[in-house]
Amino acid sequence: MSPAAKSSITLKGSVAIVTEFLEFGINSILFQRGIYPNDHFVQVQKYGIPVMLTNNEEVKKFIRTILTQLQKFTLDKCVHRLVLVIVDVRTNETIEKWDFKIELTTNDDEVTNEKTDLNEIQKNIRDVIRQITASVSFLPFIDKLCCFDILLYTDKNTLLPSDQWSDGKPPIIAREEKVQLRSFSTGIHEIDTIVAYKKEAV
Amino acid sequence: MSKYTNVSLLDSFVNLNLTDSICNKSLSAPVASTAKTPCKTPGKKSNFKTPKVTPSAMNNTLKTPGSPTSAADRYIPNRNAMNFEINHHLLTQGDKTTKENDGEPVKDTTINQSTKQQAISEALNCDLNNHRILCFNDKAPLAPEGHANSLKVLYSSSKISNSCKKSNRHIPSQPERILDAPDIKNDYYLQLLDWNSNNLLAVALDKDLYLWNASNGSITKLVGLPEGEYISSVAWFDGFNNLAVGTSNREVQLWDAEQQKRLRIMQGHTARVSTLAWNSHVLSSGSRNGQIFHHDVRVAQHHIGTLNGHEQEVCGLKWSSGGNYLASGGNDNVVNIWSKDPGNDRPLYTFNSHTAAVKALAWSPWKPNLLATGGGTADRHIKIWNVNNGSCLYSVDAKSQVCAILWSKEYQELISAHGYSKNELIVWKYPGVSKITELRGHTQRILGLSMSPDGSTVVSLSADETLRFWECFQVDNEKKKKAELKAYKDILVNNPLRSSIR
Repeated sequence: MSPAAKSSITLKGSVAIVTEFLEFGINSILFQRGIYPNDHFVQVQKYGIPVMLTNNEEVKKFIRTILTQLQKFTLDKCVHRLVLVIVDVRTNETIEKWDFKIELTTNDDEVTNEKTDLNEIQKNIRDVIRQITASVSFLPFIDKLCCFDILLYTDKNTLLPSDQWSDGKPPIIAREEKVQLRSFSTGIHEIDTIVAYKKEAV
Repeated sequence: MSKYTNVSLLDSFVNLNLTDSICNKSLSAPVASTAKTPCKTPGKKSNFKTPKVTPSAMNNTLKTPGSPTSAADRYIPNRNAMNFEINHHLLTQGDKTTKENDGEPVKDTTINQSTKQQAISEALNCDLNNHRILCFNDKAPLAPEGHANSLKVLYSSSKISNSCKKSNRHIPSQPERILDAPDIKNDYYLQLLDWNSNNLLAVALDKDLYLWNASNGSITKLVGLPEGEYISSVAWFDGFNNLAVGTSNREVQLWDAEQQKRLRIMQGHTARVSTLAWNSHVLSSGSRNGQIFHHDVRVAQHHIGTLNGHEQEVCGLKWSSGGNYLASGGNDNVVNIWSKDPGNDRPLYTFNSHTAAVKALAWSPWKPNLLATGGGTADRHIKIWNVNNGSCLYSVDAKSQVCAILWSKEYQELISAHGYSKNELIVWKYPGVSKITELRGHTQRILGLSMSPDGSTVVSLSADETLRFWECFQVDNEKKKKAELKAYKDILVNNPLRSSIR
């Protein structure tokens, strides 16, 4: 490989990669699971594949607010996972959740190893996004009106960033089934993606 | 697979065998997070005792390659989340409690409770005691009203085939004849096909209109519009060889098929004329802007009425067999029922329950108040209405876009034509509306249906540029003979030739 492959990565860079992945991941899920109509999305090229991004300003703002906060938390190393929950609007029941585990693999602020090649990271991220896209084939079809919410799991002693934040309830799915997708690592963070869904009654 | 490989090679024989048996169990379901039914366990016990299985299992274990990330692919996700050990523990635990249910249940249930607790917190994916869950107060907006997951069409299409009801008559599953229809305009909203009582079939192919004589197979080109325009609807004037033609140029033209010349042009619409229906000398035409006009074709001032009941393009228009009601269906998902009095400009009934454009409309020939309607891609339902009181009698999910519906004249049946994914025709039994048979052959969606004057054959026009003739309502022979005999007798009695000789 080129000498660039041996480049190092900083905590800040890793956080940027992770939040970018989460943005595209969340958008893909919203599109694939039909939470919003198709015409609320536009196609962009990212990681070498077409990815759908929402063009609904309110949704965009919501996701951006949360990811900005996540970015701060990740830099403070006090966030452990981001969970996207899909809730049936009528019954208020959680029917699906997407769990992005953000694991800090090192305490150093700058790392150089074989995992830090940007191309390799992007390739791994692409594989995860592809799996998200492919997941509609096994996930139960959502035919109810649903909304989504994003939860951040932080350290116990983390303070609420502002009065716009509050404590959320842990999402519990009755008759849950889980499928873990691929994971990727930036050398500093390792991201595991797990989708949990309600098993269809037989 | 990582749990699998993590098992130390120094572990006991039984231990290896144990993981193997769990794996076998868990492979069937992606994840088992709670205990399974204990009844399966006894069978597994015997598995413990068979050492035969182990060597091969061990080999497999040793050979299983790679890290957890590379073990997964797009369809076989990695199994890190599957807690094989806990699940196995729960399985055996469950077995114990049932076995010792009448013995000393207390101790066992407490163990089970604690493991259950553990399993629950595992299921929640984290140690809740050490984490704080934060959420943002301003939630994301709801999807707009009426939004339905558009993937529904893709993922539930024709998945479960309605069981077909046994019928005691034979319906040929192959078309009797196939004709080419090149350059057909693949537009769901148009009405491109009509068959009249003189056995002439009119088919509009883009800007040209052809007549196919079903008695002798001859073909005549009747209409040719200038370049850039196209024919958007056709309808025969019942009993005559006069044809009404709606065009993209906002005109309604009247043609005489015998003389092969145009009789008159009626203007007035401000958008293309996408559907036409006759009620004796009144021609009703529906347009893209949602207006329906009544034209009296006998008088110079032909425009005698306007109906404003649709917000979007009118794509279905049918007069009931007695001429008392007009049904109109639009791209705004609404079906309106109008009375025949042209002065009455409010609909008698408005049916809102379809969730997609309604193009397929058909009045029953044997019950004048019965209307069948079919919705487009996002709706896919066939509904049958009683227009005397405006009630919906039946609603069936056809699992596919409904493009057209016809009632049989002979049988208490109806036939519907569909689009994606099977592009089939379905014959339904009425009442009860159960599927009798499916007729497949078209490779693209069907755009229109028409019935032969004798009611035995249905022709379907499809976007795959073919016309297929299906003999699905053939009269059975015995009945036919009787009818023929009766007709023959009628001829003997009423024959004008015979009376003239006398």
